[in-house]
Amino acid sequence: MRAQHFAPPRVSPRFIQVWKRNFLVWRKLAITSMLGNLADPMLYMLGLGFGLGSLLPEVNGTPYITFLAAGTVCYSTMNSATFEALYSGFSRLHVQKTWEAILNTPMSLDDIVLAEALWAASKSLLSGIAILLIIWALGLSHSPLTLWIIPLTVLIGLTFGSLGLVITALAPSYDFFLYYFTLVITPMVLLCGVFFPVTQLPPLLQNVSAALPLTHAIDLVRPLVTGRTPQWHWLHLAVLVAYCAAGFYIALVLTRRRLLT
Amino acid sequence: MFRNGVSVTLLSLRGVRKAYGGNEVVCGVDLELTAGECFGLLGPNGAGKTTTLRLALGLTDPDVGEISLLGYTVPRRAREARARVGVVPQTDNLDPDFTVFENLLVYGRYFGLRDADIVARIPPLLEFAGLEARAAARIQTLSGGMKRRLSLARALVNDPDLIFLDEPTTGLDPQARHLIWERLKRLVAEGKTILLTTHFMDEAERLCRRVAVMDRGRIIAEGSPQQLILRYIEPQVVEIYGDGAQSWAREQGRVLCERCEQAGETVFCYTRDGDRVLVTLDGREELRYLHRRANLEDVFLKLTGRDLRD
Repeated sequence: MRAQHFAPPRVSPRFIQVWKRNFLVWRKLAITSMLGNLADPMLYMLGLGFGLGSLLPEVNGTPYITFLAAGTVCYSTMNSATFEALYSGFSRLHVQKTWEAILNTPMSLDDIVLAEALWAASKSLLSGIAILLIIWALGLSHSPLTLWIIPLTVLIGLTFGSLGLVITALAPSYDFFLYYFTLVITPMVLLCGVFFPVTQLPPLLQNVSAALPLTHAIDLVRPLVTGRTPQWHWLHLAVLVAYCAAGFYIALVLTRRRLLT
Repeated sequence: MFRNGVSVTLLSLRGVRKAYGGNEVVCGVDLELTAGECFGLLGPNGAGKTTTLRLALGLTDPDVGEISLLGYTVPRRAREARARVGVVPQTDNLDPDFTVFENLLVYGRYFGLRDADIVARIPPLLEFAGLEARAAARIQTLSGGMKRRLSLARALVNDPDLIFLDEPTTGLDPQARHLIWERLKRLVAEGKTILLTTHFMDEAERLCRRVAVMDRGRIIAEGSPQQLILRYIEPQVVEIYGDGAQSWAREQGRVLCERCEQAGETVFCYTRDGDRVLVTLDGREELRYLHRRANLEDVFLKLTGRDLRD
């Protein structure tokens, strides 16, 4: 690891061309790609929402399916960015050597990593909007506050995209990502309040949950779905921004070490 | 290419060193490239050729030394320099998600070119690469030679002054190699400057006005192919093989020629007077031989040795 790998990010507006490259590829397969991204969260939300929801009383005064819908927005947003940054990002970094090809042009690695994080966030935005459309269509929420969820999905996507790029920068092969899912993503889904309130957990696990970014995403999104302004919203935003900034910087340092030595 | 009668230096490396974890792979390289020339960087695998190219492009920082590319200090202003450089990498990294046409379009955008300008350049680039009929083809459907030609066309999308080619014909069949060589000659004729790395000596001898032999991170010889042959090696070679070649070498070869080397079954005799050797082979039916002029490969093998490099 060399000193110049730790330099602050230096990006140029040209990064948009890398984003456009990914967009152009996505556009070719947009329909299948959307279906693949959405089928999983929809089935969870509708299956558990109606199936389990019919057995459950209301959660904090909210029907279970509405409670779950708010969790699903965050879960699906997280997953979209994570899959994009891990599997698709790794294809471009390692398998197809797309980033190496781009580095021979006047583009810098910092531009590429920024574009990839933003692209992951763009995928999150799409997933988030799709779930929101279902929430509106099913009449689970009529609050105009739900519109705030749209910019939030971008922030959540950017955060998990950046964290995913850290793992991608370290990965020797696709198999490596299983660790990240087993040790980070799955625990997060189960501990951060996607399916049930965090307050149901024992105190120790509640403390763990409080440190995880998905908890803060859900604490912002769930009140908005039920038509309330989130409490402590500046704190939750600050935690997400901190994870995002730290993740992006670490991803940048590790990718520089991987490609620019 | 001369400007006001003075030759223009497009690339210069001075005292450049680069180590990875205590293992120095580039050990004080000096290199200068003049506008309009085709320069060959030769060396066995692991000699440091690719690292030298990466250093020149500003993709990795030197430990010591000065690098200037197209007048810009590298790595500090490498980005500006790369805007006027084209690169054909050692292994193709064309974008498999795109067609031939899209590969050129998207790559041109990375240079900040406008779509209209790139689209206008694509037909001549496809013609140059012999891929006019393949504009809509997916990369996976192209042969190795076609991919290589597309990589070359892609490197020209920004109309560069200097083109880097890292082992441009490795893995290609003879037909495909000849086509690439013909295209590279055309580029030099148009006034482009080329830096290519290769371990094919016939390639360097055909294309390059000047070559440098690199080994273990150092440049150990430099000049035109003819100069190197004159300077480092006897002008004639007799290759002898067959039963008894070894014993012939022991009894006659060592006395008759300046240098006698053995590689596997074959004895290489380096000499100023091939006829003296040939006379002794007359009537020895068990020995087969080839009498030829010394070439760059002989120089290369003399300078870098016959040991395998992996």
